[in-house]
Amino acid sequence: MVPVSYYLAISGILFTLGAMGVLIRRNALVIFMSVELMLNAGNLAFVAFARMYNTFSGQLFVFFVMTVAAAEVAVGLALIVAIFRTKNSINVDQMSSLKG
Amino acid sequence: MNLDLIVFLVLALTSVASAIGMLLSRSAIYAALYLVMNFMTVAIFYLLLGAPFIALSQVTVYAGAIMVLFLFVVMLLGTEALAPTSVLPYQRNAALVLGALLVVEIGYWIWRGAMTGLIPLPSSELNSMTSVQAMSKMLFSQYLLPFEVTSVLLLVAMIGAIVLTIKQKGERG
Amino acid sequence: MPMQTTSGLFFSLVPFVVFFPVIGLLINIIFGGRMGEKVVGTIASLAAGAAFVASVLLAYSLAMHPETVIVPFAEWIHIGTLQIDWAFRVDTLSVTMMLVVSGVGTLIHIYAIGYMHEDVRFKGDVNRYRRFFVFLNLFIAMMMILVSGDSYMMLFVGWEGVGLCSFLLIGFWYDMDTLGRPSFANANAAKKAFIANRVGDFGFLIAGLIIFWAFGSFQFDAVFARVPEIAAAMPWVIVAVTLLMLVGVAGKSAQIPLFVWLPDAMAGPTPVSALIHAATMVTAGVYLIVRSAPLYSVNHSVQYFVATLGAATALFAATIAAGQYDIKKVLAYSTISQLGFMVAAAGMGAYVAAIFHLVTHAFFKALLFLDAGSVILGMERGHHHLAHVHAEDVHGGHSSEVFDPGDMRNMGGLRKQMPVTYWLYLIGSLALAGIFPLAGFWSKDEILLDASKNYPHVYWMLLIAAFFTAFYMGRQIWMVFFGKPRTAVAEHAEESPRVMTVPLMVLASLSVLGGLLNLATIFGITLPGAHLLTEWLGHTLGEVEPGELDLIVAGVSTVLALLALYFSWLIYARKPIAAGQPDPLKKPLGPIFFGMENKWFIDEAYQFLFINPYRVISKFLADKVDWAFWHDWFHDRVIAGSYIWVSTVLLDQYADQRGIDAFANALGAGTKRLSTIMRVWQNGFVRTYALTVLVGVIAILGYLLLK
Repeated sequence: MVPVSYYLAISGILFTLGAMGVLIRRNALVIFMSVELMLNAGNLAFVAFARMYNTFSGQLFVFFVMTVAAAEVAVGLALIVAIFRTKNSINVDQMSSLKG
Repeated sequence: MNLDLIVFLVLALTSVASAIGMLLSRSAIYAALYLVMNFMTVAIFYLLLGAPFIALSQVTVYAGAIMVLFLFVVMLLGTEALAPTSVLPYQRNAALVLGALLVVEIGYWIWRGAMTGLIPLPSSELNSMTSVQAMSKMLFSQYLLPFEVTSVLLLVAMIGAIVLTIKQKGERG
Repeated sequence: MPMQTTSGLFFSLVPFVVFFPVIGLLINIIFGGRMGEKVVGTIASLAAGAAFVASVLLAYSLAMHPETVIVPFAEWIHIGTLQIDWAFRVDTLSVTMMLVVSGVGTLIHIYAIGYMHEDVRFKGDVNRYRRFFVFLNLFIAMMMILVSGDSYMMLFVGWEGVGLCSFLLIGFWYDMDTLGRPSFANANAAKKAFIANRVGDFGFLIAGLIIFWAFGSFQFDAVFARVPEIAAAMPWVIVAVTLLMLVGVAGKSAQIPLFVWLPDAMAGPTPVSALIHAATMVTAGVYLIVRSAPLYSVNHSVQYFVATLGAATALFAATIAAGQYDIKKVLAYSTISQLGFMVAAAGMGAYVAAIFHLVTHAFFKALLFLDAGSVILGMERGHHHLAHVHAEDVHGGHSSEVFDPGDMRNMGGLRKQMPVTYWLYLIGSLALAGIFPLAGFWSKDEILLDASKNYPHVYWMLLIAAFFTAFYMGRQIWMVFFGKPRTAVAEHAEESPRVMTVPLMVLASLSVLGGLLNLATIFGITLPGAHLLTEWLGHTLGEVEPGELDLIVAGVSTVLALLALYFSWLIYARKPIAAGQPDPLKKPLGPIFFGMENKWFIDEAYQFLFINPYRVISKFLADKVDWAFWHDWFHDRVIAGSYIWVSTVLLDQYADQRGIDAFANALGAGTKRLSTIMRVWQNGFVRTYALTVLVGVIAILGYLLLK
């Protein structure tokens, strides 16, 4: 059997890659996809732990995370569309009007 | 090296590679497709971990619904080519350094856990069908309230999306 | 009919002797403004009359059941062992007082309906009328509380209450004098009465507190039960209590040295003078001594002192009365003198004689005062008449001309103009002078008899006082009603209406027949009904030896009274004094009459001994101690100065400006500087924020791992 630490390692790598995507990419849609990747990494860790402790709570958490992610995507994409309508761009570096 | 491990390693490589591909692809369409690939590998991970319901949900909700939504938006907004130079020149280097640090920390944490006896996964005793049944029982008894709350959450998200994207009278676009 | 306490009898009616007048005054307060003056007066009179009826029923009950009955009414003060209740004491003594107060009071209420209507100051204002009758009813209620209370504290409540009513009624016309001109003389007289009473009340209050300290109770029976025990253990307590109580008696009953307020109290309307300052309130002191008989009886030196004080007052006031010209002032000093008789009797232990004289005196002195009021009103009517007839002549100088309708030198020959008043006055005077068989003869004789047995010096003083009494009453009769009118006003004086004379006739008949209350044994024959009051009061005061008519004592006093009347006729009537002529006694008596005329300069002595030093001290206290020291120096300099220094220099400049303000300003400036630095980080790029978040995540994770 594959040890659970392998799965955790994969989860960590994917999470880090997602974080890199959020930090490096300027396209708002790709940034949003990276966020989804991070969420998936977290889900993977949840399921791995659930398997380890032989309980369903972890899987149920994943279920809830998925619903929240679906809601988040719906609203987030709507926001991106709304921003695009006003700025005519999805470059997050052009949205800095909150500058101090 | 048994079969499980081989399957796992192949899947792991695919998943990391698709993630890096998403990270590096210039086009948002490609990025989305790489991400779909990543989600599929993760779904197989779920199957390996004995969570068939989650795996199927992963495929339908993430790889299906969410990514389709992404692709719609990408098509809608056009694949805008961004300027090559960034206004934040040190962002990339700083992100790489921080990412390395994060990996080191997570690795250290897993290594330490493995040393202190993080048990290897037991062989799957759970029947797939009983797994789904048991999970449903739990979902509709112990987690009934959160479950109902998610329905409200989805409703709110739907309304929010409609309100945000609805075209006001006289608004152009 | 409530008949719970003693079956078939009316003892439980006793609270109504207080509450009938209260009901009357409440009706008048609430509705009096809308009713006519006749209705107001009638209601007040009915209230007093109802109290009289209740008193009569109580007297009937007592006749059936002579034992003392105590009717508890309400709890008042319950603190630890101090238990003071409002309880009514129904015994023969208190009911006698109730009968006098409500009986005479009712007659005076009726009289006052007519009197107040004619008072020149009344001016048709129904509210003044209402105020007067409200005060009168309040007085009756307070007097009833005084005589019916079952403890020294309830007695004190009534004592203070009647003092208040006295003050209110003396100063009834507080802003004008007898003729309605603006003046504060009446208000000042009221204050004088109140302050003199206050001195006495102070003594009474201390006596009450000592009683509670020594006897542990205020209740009469509880106190009297322990008298022998205390008298043996702490004799000084009895002396202190009785003498301090005597101070209160001197204030309320106008004895030496606190009598000065009573003559000035004649500033009040005449019904008030009759009711409060002759018949009832001033006798409260006598009642107090008689009520406290067990206390006074145990110490003979105190008794000696009280008797001497009373006799001295009787003599002293009688001499002053003989030198006065104001018709009411004469009666006022006569009242003081007669009160001296009563106090002397009470002091000698002749309590029945004291109460007997109290009752008869209430009859004839009320009669005399009210009749004097009738005389004064008659004079005013004459004055009014003249002013009408000579309206043109006197128009100019009228207001400056001072005409005193109460001055006997302005009267003369009123017998013809006011025959009813004359006859009534004559009866009252003879009763007061102690002429057989009128009421005064019996009561005064009983006092003199007691004095002659035990206290010879008191007897002689009282005898001389009785001589003076007859003399000044004779002088008054001759000066007022005989001779020729000395002024045009007296010529036109008119008789008073029925509403005033009828109550006087009732009082006159009481003055004539009052002796029947306590007929003495004459020549060893005890007539049926004799010693009525002695037996009656005996139930309360213990067995008293019934009075006997001693031929020598009675004969001497009667002869002296007749002699005095003859002297007064010789001096004032044989050759009537003419207008403007000085008193015929002035020449032969010289300085003595000057002293009598000027009240022996007692007021001046008070002025010199107490009031002037008091003024000097108060001026010193006000100008120097209060104003210069406390206000200018202590308040303005010390307190205000230091406050200003502390606030402007210490707190404002140092603590506030350099401390708190500096801290707050530095805080603001520091925040500003810090934010100037930190605002650069807030660059608006969401990726930078995400980077910062990741730095935080790595830091927290590192901390958790390395912990």
